[in-house]
Amino acid sequence: MYRIPILRMGRTLLVTIQIDMEDQTAMALQDDLAEQISKTGANGVLIDISALEIVDSFVGRMLAAISGIGQILDATTVVVGMKPAVAITLVELGMSLDGVRTALNVSRGMALLEAASDGDHRVE
Amino acid sequence: MSTNQQFLVGLLEREKSSILDNWVLATNGPQTSAKVRAEATEIFTAFLPALQSNDAQNSGSSAWQALKNVLENLSASRAAQGSTAGNTSAFVLGLKQPVFDALQRALSADSQGLLDAISSVSLHVDGMAQWTVDAYQRTREQLISRQQADLLELSTPVIKLWEGVLAVPMIGTLDSSRTQLVMESLLERIVETESSLAIIDITGVPTVDTLVAQHLLKTVSAIRLMGADCIICGIRPQIAQTIVHLGIDLQSVTTKATLADALSLALKRNGYTVAKTKIGV
Repeated sequence: MYRIPILRMGRTLLVTIQIDMEDQTAMALQDDLAEQISKTGANGVLIDISALEIVDSFVGRMLAAISGIGQILDATTVVVGMKPAVAITLVELGMSLDGVRTALNVSRGMALLEAASDGDHRVE
Repeated sequence: MSTNQQFLVGLLEREKSSILDNWVLATNGPQTSAKVRAEATEIFTAFLPALQSNDAQNSGSSAWQALKNVLENLSASRAAQGSTAGNTSAFVLGLKQPVFDALQRALSADSQGLLDAISSVSLHVDGMAQWTVDAYQRTREQLISRQQADLLELSTPVIKLWEGVLAVPMIGTLDSSRTQLVMESLLERIVETESSLAIIDITGVPTVDTLVAQHLLKTVSAIRLMGADCIICGIRPQIAQTIVHLGIDLQSVTTKATLADALSLALKRNGYTVAKTKIGV
């Protein structure tokens, strides 16, 4: 099974989804991310889905779940680079992912995470 | 070719100019234009070879194609001039009477031959009239479908108002196919221009019911998923009342009364301030 790599950049975790997600892959990503957030004490998670062409309700639910897990572990989660077709599909599936933060691209996403961590004065 | 047909074609060729004269006179009155005469001549000259061909009984064959083309052109040009399908087909049917008169003159002694010839000519001319109506209808249907497509295209422009601010002025009734088109073009433009804010102006939307509101909310959700934000503006007082009475929840959407308000909010969010440089009028 393919495992999606999780990169660490300072106090931010970076996940780039380059393949069409299978349910197994999505579950594994969810596990790995939860593990990594608590291990590294990250305060931001950035998920880049600009290469993701196909979504189903499971992947949509996974995105919402990861966002929720991040929030509980005190890491702001932002999903960036969603394609128009993917956005329309998710809306048609009735998943508006209300709790999930989104940004247009990686740089906007990073700016959002920086703004969110401004009030956070924990020492590196 | 049967002898009957041979005789008929020969007669029509001999009587050509008098038939044409009578035809044009009967359909258009004394003040005929040269154009009508030319049209009549064209149809008549295409009609003779078609009648002469071996398979004159089979009007679907290739021998009649030339005549069909002539009639389709006539129908198209008449339609462009605003003439009705009835007028065009009446013009073609006007060919009958002069031909019948000519036949009567030639075959006054042979009543059986006259009857055969008349029924044969009648059959063909009726077919011709029907083609013009068909062609007319086809032309109109093409026109309508092209206009529908144009309308769909024209009614959904996505405008760049400011750096990072897009606007869509919605005009006309919102149905699902239009909302889909607006949503798609707006999302594409958001990616293209990396805009963080989209303003949807619904001043031109005559009515808002639950379905329209649902379409709007879907669009807003899709824009959010892309990572941009959305403001809806141009909600007229009556529509605001309708929305509240229908119990539609627009709490999650930023709404403004006018496009100007929406733009000023957009500028504020992007960190711009607008200042007057001169004490104007």
